[in-house]
Amino acid sequence: LNKICYKLRRQAFQRHVLTEDVIHREVTPENKLITRRLLTKTNRLPRWAEKIFPSNLSRSVFIIEDSIVDPKSKTFTTFTWNINHRRLMVRKMFFGMNSETHAWTRVQREAWISFCGIRDYFFFVMIQEFGLARFKSNQAKAMKGLEYTLANLQGIEGPSRTLKDTAKEATEKAKETALAATEKAKNLATAAAPQKSSHFV
Amino acid sequence: MNSVGEGCTELKREYDHCFNRWFAEKFLKGDRSGDPCSEMFKKYQQCVQQAIKDKDIPVDGIEFMGPNKEKPES
Repeated sequence: LNKICYKLRRQAFQRHVLTEDVIHREVTPENKLITRRLLTKTNRLPRWAEKIFPSNLSRSVFIIEDSIVDPKSKTFTTFTWNINHRRLMVRKMFFGMNSETHAWTRVQREAWISFCGIRDYFFFVMIQEFGLARFKSNQAKAMKGLEYTLANLQGIEGPSRTLKDTAKEATEKAKETALAATEKAKNLATAAAPQKSSHFV
Repeated sequence: MNSVGEGCTELKREYDHCFNRWFAEKFLKGDRSGDPCSEMFKKYQQCVQQAIKDKDIPVDGIEFMGPNKEKPES
């Protein structure tokens, strides 16, 4: 099932990831595998931001992904964040499906950990985007990807109605979150405009 | 997928290949018998850590799962 988790994460990230490196890895005394990866993605700013921010703003987003694999409890936990451009990124949405009950459960919005429980078959798709429009189109893609992956790898008949209903709710929540974050970014931009904003490097 | 260090991609791929096999065949099955990939990992790390320094990527001093402990900005 790690294959599924890996596939889902790749789907969420795939289009914009430039590089991926393991920069730390060890097996703990409790026999858990902990890993730190460094990813770089292209940083595509929306037009309003391109006009405001200095042109020498780094084009790369650096992302750290820490993960723990515990074969005993059969869990795989990851936590991913940007180490630059933190304020410019829209927050992540998390939702997951229990493949036994086929019920979508909404993970708490403030959750920061994407979790792929091997045993209970929970999938958490992390969608990280810069603007609402791109969020929407990528969310649709990620949802399609999730359905397809589940149907093919688990032999589960696509629970399409449940997915659609919950997706609607998730989109509404995501809209709020995205708007709030975009507003914040705009305010920051206005505040930073008169000076060279060194902390946006 | 490429490495952030342009010259490290080959080393990275060799290591990844070794790791994936060890992970699926040993680690997940509870087999604790040693790590066949440590030499490859060393070589790969030497290369990639140098690239990180050269490119000034700020990876130092970050606690594992670090920002998880902060309150997220809403």
